[in-house]
Amino acid sequence: MAKQLLKGNVAFAEAAVRFGLQAYFGYPITPQSEALEHLSGRMLREARVFLQAESEVAAINMVYGAACCGVRVMTSTSGPGFSLMAEGLSYIAGSEIPVVVVNMMRGGPGLGNIQPSQADYFFMTKSAGHGDFHPIVLAPASVQEIIDMMGLAFELAEKYRTLVLIAGDGSLGQMMESAELPPMQPLPALRPNWAVTGADGREPNVITSLYLVAEHLEEVNLRLQAKLADIRQHEVRFVEAQTADAELLLVAYGTSGRICTSVMRQARQKGIKVGLLRPQTLWPFPAQRIGELCEQVRGILVVEMSAGQMLEDVDHAAGGRVPIRFHGRMGGMIPMVDDVLADLQALATSLGLAP
Amino acid sequence: MSQAVAVPEDMEQVYAYPRSLTQANSHYCPGCVHGIVHRLVAEVIDELGIREKTIGVAPVGCAVLVYNYINTDFVEAAHGRAPAMATGIKRVSPDKIVFTYQGDGDLAAIGTAEIIHAANRGERITTVFINNAIYGMTGGQMAPTTLEGMITTSTPGGRDHLLAGYPMRMSEILAQTAGAVYVAREAALDLAGIRRTKRAIKRAFLAQIHGLGFASVEVLATCPTNWGLDPWAAMQWAKENLGAFYPLDTFKITDEVKALPV
Ligand SMILES: Cc1ncc(C[n+]2csc(CCOP(=O)(O)OP(=O)(O)O)c2C)c(N)n1
Repeated sequence: MAKQLLKGNVAFAEAAVRFGLQAYFGYPITPQSEALEHLSGRMLREARVFLQAESEVAAINMVYGAACCGVRVMTSTSGPGFSLMAEGLSYIAGSEIPVVVVNMMRGGPGLGNIQPSQADYFFMTKSAGHGDFHPIVLAPASVQEIIDMMGLAFELAEKYRTLVLIAGDGSLGQMMESAELPPMQPLPALRPNWAVTGADGREPNVITSLYLVAEHLEEVNLRLQAKLADIRQHEVRFVEAQTADAELLLVAYGTSGRICTSVMRQARQKGIKVGLLRPQTLWPFPAQRIGELCEQVRGILVVEMSAGQMLEDVDHAAGGRVPIRFHGRMGGMIPMVDDVLADLQALATSLGLAP
Repeated sequence: MSQAVAVPEDMEQVYAYPRSLTQANSHYCPGCVHGIVHRLVAEVIDELGIREKTIGVAPVGCAVLVYNYINTDFVEAAHGRAPAMATGIKRVSPDKIVFTYQGDGDLAAIGTAEIIHAANRGERITTVFINNAIYGMTGGQMAPTTLEGMITTSTPGGRDHLLAGYPMRMSEILAQTAGAVYVAREAALDLAGIRRTKRAIKRAFLAQIHGLGFASVEVLATCPTNWGLDPWAAMQWAKENLGAFYPLDTFKITDEVKALPV
């Protein structure tokens, strides 16, 4: 399929359709409403389900209901809407059904603004709702990667019967880039045997997150944790650039990761030996690889559009072996290449690495 | 589990467990109406022959374990979200019969938005709404349907509208939505009422089977434990007091629903 110029929000929505999305429920919120708008016509033309819900609370519970029927279903939102979905996300995690949610992060807290942000990192990776669970969190850095990650998100959600979140930000949603969409995939003819489809010729299926007996719930918790351990072991994804000879390491994801690619290029021209690690999964986090690189590099610069959230995971992975500096912008501001470069140079100088 | 008893050859079986009801021992208090209405729903499902394609949505409230009793596929919703979940299920499974079973806290407080919008969209779902005028599961706090003056664990001086607002007549509100095709209130407080309640529930399922729109049946019920009354007294109290404030009526019925043979 040929490349075409696509807006991030439209790209992920259209990619979802082609990867077999059977139902979409959502509530408008900037900066991702184009996805909902695109799907409003597209899904109906494909004779699939689209519904604008009365709130994000309703949207996630419609998603929950449809997911219990074993179909590919998703919603998309941004910060304030994602907050409202937390209850539903926890029930979805507790009942172990596959669901995909895109959060195009915007400035916060509160109503904040509609500019790009990465300030929902903690929320998405550590505590997307009450109780013990982690969703898989994917972090695309380009329109092409959002497209590819939609397919991956559905695969992982179904493989592990788990919640998969896509952590985008306003700029990824709004930017236009040339990208290639996948071909249309056929929809599955059958629904999985765990789904609610009517107890015809079998015992009733009950999908619940309620276990009143403490011993039973702990068993469920342990099974859930074992699954998460399995995900941790097998699903860590990241991109590494120029780390072979690196003395310094940039760690950044999404839009910040893209900016750091430019920073790295310019720093290399100045003779600073810097590499980049861009996590593609925020949970599970590439802690092990960062730990390994700490045996080689002399210092790390973490760049985020937040007050420093992934920073805590990098810090934990580094375990005090190398100094870590942080460059963060908030409020919808995007890190500037020159500013990050200046911080990187300062780090190099402080370590006696300046050329 | 109680044992099914074989019927001797010279006798005729005149009463039995509905197929759609399990034989699990119920966790409900003596005099609670939930068990009665569970049975009515199961009988209706049997009579309509829809057990194999029915999906229930359980509430949060005393009926949270309804899936232990009604023997169909079930999902357990978050508190108040059953109509949204039912919407998701029905939209991707239009050939199934989807119902929610909800209490008054679930439907009329935390889930008000979800039920009104599901009704207004005309979702092809059926809602059974148990109004016992109190939060049973959490120990007897005020519900939106608690009558003025009623003492609950969170209205120790009796519900005062200046402090806690007025009791809410949800069926009357739901009947205002364009998408609702059948909205009725019955009382499962005596034999005649139980029979009428069953008829209404059947009509609400039939409306869905015929794809007509949203249908709900509110059922006036008791909570002897949290009202501090014995089962008999609770039934009488409900008839007199709930019945006075919440008229038993059909608030909306379209011609198509009226035409359905029940
Ligand atoms: C979000 C949330 N808030 C509060 C609760 C606690 N809670 C459980 S049941 C319930 C009230 C149930 O009352 P009702 O719907 O009238 O049903 P009943 O128990 O009387 O049958 C409450 C407040 C909860 N489970 N979830």
